[in-house]
Amino acid sequence: MSTFDETTGQVAPIAAVHQRGRGYDGHWALVWQKFLRHRLGVAGGIVVILAYIVALIPEFLAPVTLEAYNPSYSYAPPQAIQWGRDDGEGWRFLPHVTAYKTEIDYNSGRRLFVPDPETVIPIGFFVQGEPYRLLGLIPTDRHLFGAVEAGQPFFLAGADRLGRDILSRTIYGTRISMTIGLIGVALSLVFGILIGGISGLFGGVVDNLIQRFIEFIQSVPAIPLWIGLAAAIPQSVPPLQVYFLITIILSVLGWTSLARVVRGRFLAMRSEDFVKAARLDGCGPVRIIFRHMLPSFLSHIIATVSLAIPGMILAETALSYLGIGLRTPIVSWGVLLQEAQNVRTIASAPWLLLPGGAVVIAVLALNFLGDGLRDAADPYSD
Amino acid sequence: MDNLVEIRDLTITFAHSVDVVTGLDLDIPAGKTLCLVGESGCGKSVTAKAILQVIDHPGRVSGGAINLRQANGAVLDIAATKPTSPVMRHVRGADIAMIHQEPMSFLSPLYTIGNQISEALTLHRKMSEKEARAEGIRMLEQVGMPDPERRYDSYTFQLSGGQRQRAMIAMALINQPRLLIADEPTTALDVTTQANILDLLAQLQRDSGMAVLFITHDLGVVAEIADEVAVMYLGKIVERGPVKEVLEHPRHPYTRGLLASMPRLDGDFKAPLKAIPGMVPPPALRPTGCSFHPRCEWAVAGFCNMISVLETELGNDHMVACHAYGPQAAKIDKHATRTPAAVAPAERRAESMEPLLSVRDLHKHFPIRSGFFQRQTGAVRAVNDISLDIYPGETLGLVGESGCGKSTLGQTIVGLHRADGGAIRFADGEHEPADLLTARGATAKRLRTDIRMIFQDPTGSLNPRMRVRDIIGEVLQVNSRFSAGEIEAKVQALLSKVGLSPDYAERYPHAFSGGQRQRIAIARALASDPRLVIADEAVSALDVSVQTQIINMMKSLQAEMGLTYLFVSHDLGVIANISDRVAVMYAGRIVEIGSTEAIFRNPRHPYTEALLAAIPGRGVSKPRDRIRLGGHVPDPSQQLVGCSFADRCQYAQPACRAVMPPLEGTADHRFACIRADELRLRTVTGQPELVGA
Repeated sequence: MSTFDETTGQVAPIAAVHQRGRGYDGHWALVWQKFLRHRLGVAGGIVVILAYIVALIPEFLAPVTLEAYNPSYSYAPPQAIQWGRDDGEGWRFLPHVTAYKTEIDYNSGRRLFVPDPETVIPIGFFVQGEPYRLLGLIPTDRHLFGAVEAGQPFFLAGADRLGRDILSRTIYGTRISMTIGLIGVALSLVFGILIGGISGLFGGVVDNLIQRFIEFIQSVPAIPLWIGLAAAIPQSVPPLQVYFLITIILSVLGWTSLARVVRGRFLAMRSEDFVKAARLDGCGPVRIIFRHMLPSFLSHIIATVSLAIPGMILAETALSYLGIGLRTPIVSWGVLLQEAQNVRTIASAPWLLLPGGAVVIAVLALNFLGDGLRDAADPYSD
Repeated sequence: MDNLVEIRDLTITFAHSVDVVTGLDLDIPAGKTLCLVGESGCGKSVTAKAILQVIDHPGRVSGGAINLRQANGAVLDIAATKPTSPVMRHVRGADIAMIHQEPMSFLSPLYTIGNQISEALTLHRKMSEKEARAEGIRMLEQVGMPDPERRYDSYTFQLSGGQRQRAMIAMALINQPRLLIADEPTTALDVTTQANILDLLAQLQRDSGMAVLFITHDLGVVAEIADEVAVMYLGKIVERGPVKEVLEHPRHPYTRGLLASMPRLDGDFKAPLKAIPGMVPPPALRPTGCSFHPRCEWAVAGFCNMISVLETELGNDHMVACHAYGPQAAKIDKHATRTPAAVAPAERRAESMEPLLSVRDLHKHFPIRSGFFQRQTGAVRAVNDISLDIYPGETLGLVGESGCGKSTLGQTIVGLHRADGGAIRFADGEHEPADLLTARGATAKRLRTDIRMIFQDPTGSLNPRMRVRDIIGEVLQVNSRFSAGEIEAKVQALLSKVGLSPDYAERYPHAFSGGQRQRIAIARALASDPRLVIADEAVSALDVSVQTQIINMMKSLQAEMGLTYLFVSHDLGVIANISDRVAVMYAGRIVEIGSTEAIFRNPRHPYTEALLAAIPGRGVSKPRDRIRLGGHVPDPSQQLVGCSFADRCQYAQPACRAVMPPLEGTADHRFACIRADELRLRTVTGQPELVGA
């Protein structure tokens, strides 16, 4: 046993025995270690990171641009990738898709897409396509993958009413949908910390009034309020401004729950012995808040934030789907889903729901990440 | 088989194949009380849980047998029975019952206690609801619940701590178990309530003839209640025997160490205590050979640390597992002692000396607010007109039951609460005397560094996000003009002063054990070279041997740095050992104050008498001589007329309820009782008690 040293009468810290070095790890190192043990949280985190990479460089990842359309491919189903081709001289490796011939089914009166094995459209990685600026800076015309010859029909996930590539549009939609959550939550966070902090710090009548006000706001039905506010945005406002106005509308309600979390933490923290000890050490209120209290619940706030983002994404999707949120030419998952508003379209072209799938994956991943972070936020309890 | 339960070679394993209990043999005799003693982390509770097959995941019994003799004479091996089987459920319902330290986590807040007590009856004995109710009320009466008919329909939050404990005991005993397992049932209670509950358990045990397995860390409680004792260290029994044998002739160095680290109330109160060095290592790091050898003063290198010990019978049913009594006893020198660090006696104060701190007519009322606008509708008088002096270099002990206002008094002096009236004068002889309540600016800043506080819970009082260096150095950073290098040097010096390596400055609090954290907290309090340190239950959360280490350290720091302590505690043994003078508080007032000798040997207030009588294991006298306090501290939001103790006082007369008794007497011993002169109060201290090592 190495915990007791007889010559000095000293007792070594337990961590020195368990795991050398652990006693030197600070709070964030412990949070990180605990988070890594939460498998689902880590998986969620990886998906979230990938989603934000997509949001950063959709021009490169999408096979075609937003505007590209092909009228003869209206509601075309997804094309299947074929890896090779027998051209009479034996099988040859040639990844390609085949073009569609259209036939009219006279019984139902519907247009049918039939693969035309003769029209081969070779595909590949790093193909040349429409020119764009990567990250808005680097001019290039390379795309991660697509038809080798630019402009040829290539619809991995089918096409919409105007014959636009659903996959490309979903990839572009990631940018707006993932960031609207971030910006909305950032706004909520500012209000939440400010108002919750005031409420928790002053207590008494101020706290009482703020809490009743929060209850009032939370009692207002969310969707009608959003609809009302969104309808108040004039049609003449440019799309980019609509985007910002929508984030503000979303955070009008979003800050309340954050404010409650912050207030609760402040109240709990105020009676902690180490905060009392800091007061006795002579720390002023500013030092106590920023050096002792804020670091203690920062990790909790981060967890709460990551759990609030999915709500924002869902709210934006709902608003845009109803046609009162974002409008074309801005493309978000909600805007894309407008295409899938009637049952007949969905029945004949279910691939229009792809953006819905993206919403589900993003929301689940953020929730798992938030769960993991929440468990890791207090690493001392295990 | 004469024993109710025979545990043979029991091994309990937790995750990563760590054996918490290894090869444990223990007999629980029928109709007797067996006490299982040891520090925390020795495996006492998990052994008890194994008997009921309720070990928390991921622990499990991985070997051995637990043989229970059932009512029909058959023997059941509990270790081989599935935890979820009907047989085991029947054992839990009818044969073995358990009570815990914390009744609030044992009783459901959603059901009345009657509902919970009678559930076992309707479930296991198929009684009708009416019969069950009658039986439940009878049981509540038996456990001494006041007004059982009404309490039967009460919820847990309507009961006091002692009443909850009684309700839990009633629930455990309703099906007349043959074995009651009591896991530290009185540890969380006030000393007066503890005495009542111990009396109750002893009486119930006598009346019903059941066996009791009583788990505790307090040897005083053992002396009070046990027939037999088993001392446990790191998952093994190291000494076992009849209570008188073990406490009067302890053989194992661990038992001797535990006894020696207990504050004694016979002879010299202030005799330095001998602590067992170090602490219980985690089971994963169980030392080889005799697992106690690193902390043992007899240990012989190359022998005790190599060869595992066997049990030795000493006659009189006394068993010990130590090499010093085994076949190779000659190798060990039983007189080898590790001399405790000599504690220089603190300088006694001169009678004429001016007090360092004078509290005069201090009031602290907490407003009770209600309604939307938080209007004040009443007040809790936590500190109600208190005057006392603390002299430089002394330790003033402050005792009382929980809720008597002793912590509030300490926190008001240090400045955590704003007093509502009175004055606190601080005169350190160097500066102009200042009033703590009115001081502003530079004076207030100086006072804050002169008067410091140590909190009870060392985990909560250290910021987990800060390194030890920053925690200790905070007060220097904030208040003075030291450079970073000076602060660093000072922190290092403080760490060695409190017995920690200066290297630990870079670590975070979570790397340390409870005792070590309290050392860090003490270093923080001493960082500003204070004159007065207020220790608010500073050792109450610690294990016995660690508690003794900290007390000894605080005493030597006092002598070294010329500190003055206000030591707040509910533990009279600790108070007697550390204090020069003692103040006894009741319901926001001081009822008696005087030198430690005077208070403990010649108490003049009935409340002091009752507190002393409640200390477990002291002056084990005939039960009829005992003084037991019923009831609890009066609601401090009520304005009381007359003596606040009158309702619980066995000597109370109508006159007591008419006038508030003033605090009178000599300068050395004052008390607030109008009958003090006619009463002949008894004290249990000074009588021979547990005879130790």
